[in-house]
Amino acid sequence: MAGLPEHLLRRSAEAKAKATGRPVEEILAELKGEAPPPAAGAPSAGSGPVRDLAKESADLGVPEDLLRRAMIARAKKDGTPIPGEPGAAPVAAAGTAPVAAGSPAPIPTIPEGVRTQRLLTVVKAGAIQQTKREPADKVNTWPHLLAIEFVALLVLTGLLFVFSIYVDAPLLEFANFNQQPNPSKAPWYFLGLQELLSYFDPMVAGIIIPGYGLAGLAFIPYLDRNPSVRPSDRKLAIMIFTFFVMGAAILTTYGSFFRGPGFNFTFPWVDGIFFDF
Amino acid sequence: MSGKDKGGIMSKLAETGQHIRSSQAWSSIFRPGSPFRDGYSDTPRNRSYVIMNNVLYHLHPVKVKRHGVRLSYTLCLGGLSFFLFILLTITGIFLMFYYRPTSPQAFLDIQALATDVTFGQVVRNMHRWGAHAMVLTVFLHMARVFYHGAYKPPREFNWVVGIVLLLLTLLLSFTGYLLPWDQLAVWAVTVGSNMGRYAPVIGDQVSFALIGGTQITPDTLLRWYVLHVLFLPFVIVIFMAVHFWRVRKDGGISGPL
Repeated sequence: MAGLPEHLLRRSAEAKAKATGRPVEEILAELKGEAPPPAAGAPSAGSGPVRDLAKESADLGVPEDLLRRAMIARAKKDGTPIPGEPGAAPVAAAGTAPVAAGSPAPIPTIPEGVRTQRLLTVVKAGAIQQTKREPADKVNTWPHLLAIEFVALLVLTGLLFVFSIYVDAPLLEFANFNQQPNPSKAPWYFLGLQELLSYFDPMVAGIIIPGYGLAGLAFIPYLDRNPSVRPSDRKLAIMIFTFFVMGAAILTTYGSFFRGPGFNFTFPWVDGIFFDF
Repeated sequence: MSGKDKGGIMSKLAETGQHIRSSQAWSSIFRPGSPFRDGYSDTPRNRSYVIMNNVLYHLHPVKVKRHGVRLSYTLCLGGLSFFLFILLTITGIFLMFYYRPTSPQAFLDIQALATDVTFGQVVRNMHRWGAHAMVLTVFLHMARVFYHGAYKPPREFNWVVGIVLLLLTLLLSFTGYLLPWDQLAVWAVTVGSNMGRYAPVIGDQVSFALIGGTQITPDTLLRWYVLHVLFLPFVIVIFMAVHFWRVRKDGGISGPL
């Protein structure tokens, strides 16, 4: 068959042989369109009417070996003798053929049973981009992951609901712009910054530190060039990050619970807690 | 006698059920593999179908790395942050039915939640505690991702998206803080937004645009209400979509340590 590598043909023939129980070589030859199947009882080559395959091939634009293969297959299917070909050694029955060798029958436009579509090419393995995936230890998202997520979601909803039944959100008196409460504190997640504000100039505490902090945070992946994810290889990175997280946590706690009226230092267990969520 | 009739009814019901399940409408709603279609049997094929023929396919692949499923690896923090966002949206919509962002009315509406509205107080509590919890889970999620080195290539950009999400979460919480319009809200926001005023060059302008003037007024309330219920959720949803999409495009959850 046109352009098909030998090993593919052989593999195909072997599979076919296994399925039909016929010898491999016979099928292989048949696939190549070289020899007719010599099976007992089957009509032998050249016993049918003569067809000039070379000419048909030129007229139809179908490769000659495809035509030959189709011709053989058709003859086999119908049980009719396989047409002979000019130039091929005539078999004994040639004389009895309706049309004598050398004067081919009128060529039908497209012989019945001949496929007009063609196999253009077989792309060999490795010729196109190959994506190889490392075999990974994976589990089905359902049920393994979804079950966990569902339980987590239920537990969170339950906890939040029960907590909300017993603890009310704060609501102080109506907003009064003429009476600033003492102390007045920002929401808890800004209290670290408010704490810094009592040490530094607003420019430093309110802009430079949080600005650089946020930018530094965003740029971590581009600053940390260490490819390893093992904690033992990342001691410096972990140390720096932990330092800042702990710093923020300490400042926030300090600003939340250890600052009383006038934002002065206070012990929460002495003067009470000046903090609202 | 009655038992026989009952059996007749039961078989009629079963027949009707079968008829409904084989209708075009039913099978157009439930995609192949849905337990509502032909029943669910636990086969690898059905396990895949449950995800594949489900809107969850936008979020989860059919298979995930075994180590990523371990609770001790992620602590579910990212998922819980997302879930809290959904919970806050639901409770927030409930609160919007009873809240008017105008000057004394906002405060009165919040008060009325406790006295006049069924479940009003508990929903407001859930909204407030849920918001604080979300700030916490988002922050802890960031810390978790850092300690696993999960921001390393190819996930650098998703870390940046995550930082934007953290910032948006803080802004959402901060804008919501003003809405009760009580002493706590007004003065906490005053203190908080005063910090931004020191930003070089544009500090005053940004501050003016955000609070709608030189100091907090009822106009600020309306402005922050719109930011809180519409603008910031809109922006954060876009960034969340990118965040979740990148998690999958970058090869799923990061590898084991």
